[in-house]
Amino acid sequence: MGINLYRIDDRLIHGQVVVGWGQPLNARFLVLVDDLVASSDWEKELYRMAVPPEMEIFFADVASATRDHAKYAADPRPGILITGDVDSMLRLAKGVKAIGSVNIGGVHYRAGRDEKLRYVFLTPAEELQLRALEGSGVEVTAQDVPSARAVPLAEVLDGESK
Amino acid sequence: MSNGMPGTNKPKGIVIGHGEFSAGLVSAVDQICGMAGKLVSLSMKGLTPEDIETAIREELARTGARVIFTDLPAGSATLAARRLVRNDPGLMLVSGVNLATLLDFVFNNEASPEEAARSAAERGKASLIVIERS
Repeated sequence: MGINLYRIDDRLIHGQVVVGWGQPLNARFLVLVDDLVASSDWEKELYRMAVPPEMEIFFADVASATRDHAKYAADPRPGILITGDVDSMLRLAKGVKAIGSVNIGGVHYRAGRDEKLRYVFLTPAEELQLRALEGSGVEVTAQDVPSARAVPLAEVLDGESK
Repeated sequence: MSNGMPGTNKPKGIVIGHGEFSAGLVSAVDQICGMAGKLVSLSMKGLTPEDIETAIREELARTGARVIFTDLPAGSATLAARRLVRNDPGLMLVSGVNLATLLDFVFNNEASPEEAARSAAERGKASLIVIERS
C-alpha cells in the first residue's frame, strides 16, 4: 500500500481530500507536508481535529518528509501525501525518486497567477516548476475529484480546458 | 420565552458549506418557517482558504452574527471558521449543520449565542436517527 496519491492542494486537509479521495482510496493515513504547518503546534492541532478518527495524520516539513518517505511508502495502509504548493512538491520529488505521479488538486487564484483550469491558477514560475517535475519523469495531471477526468499537464498549461 | 416571530428576523447566524449546500438549507428553513432572514448563506465554491476566512469575517462584521454553521468538520470552511473563533472570544462555530440544527437556532430568540449554538447542535444530533422495520 503506502502512498496512493501525491496531491498539490493549497487547502491542504479539506472535504475533497478526506472524503472525496479518502473514501474511494480507503485512505488510513495522511502526510501533510508543509514547512509552516510543521513548525506550528496550533496549525497541527487545527488539521488534526479535521481528520476523522480512522485516519492517522503525520506532519512533516519537506526535509523530514524526504527523509521519512521510505517509512510512509512501506506503511501497509493506503495513504495520501499533500503539499500546499508546487514548490514543496518539486523539492520533495527531487529528494524522493519513488514518486511516480502527482495530482494537482487545487491551486487557487492570487495576484500573479493565471487561470488554467477552474481550480488551477499558476504563476509563470509555477508553470516552470511543474514542467521540471514532469521532466524528471513524474506524471503530472490535474484532477480535483476522482470522478473527474485527469487532465494531462500539457493540456492544463495550454489553458484550453478551463 | 422565544417566539420566533418574523419581527425579530435579523441575521444572527452564518451558514457556509460546499457547493449550494448552505443556500439549500437556508431555503429549506424559509419554506418551513419563513425565517431565512435570520441566516446568511455563503458558498465556499472556488474560494481559497484565505477568501473563505475573509468572506465569513466580512459577514460577521456586516450582520453582527455570532454563530457560524459549517457542513463538514474537515472542510475548508470549518478550518477558516476555527481560525476566526480562535481570535474572537464568544464567537461560536457549529460544524455538521443540518436542517434540524438551523430550525432550533432560528426559533431560539432569547438565548445567548453560546446557548443557542449548543442547543442547536444538540437538536441537530438528536435528529439523526436510524429507523428500520421492526
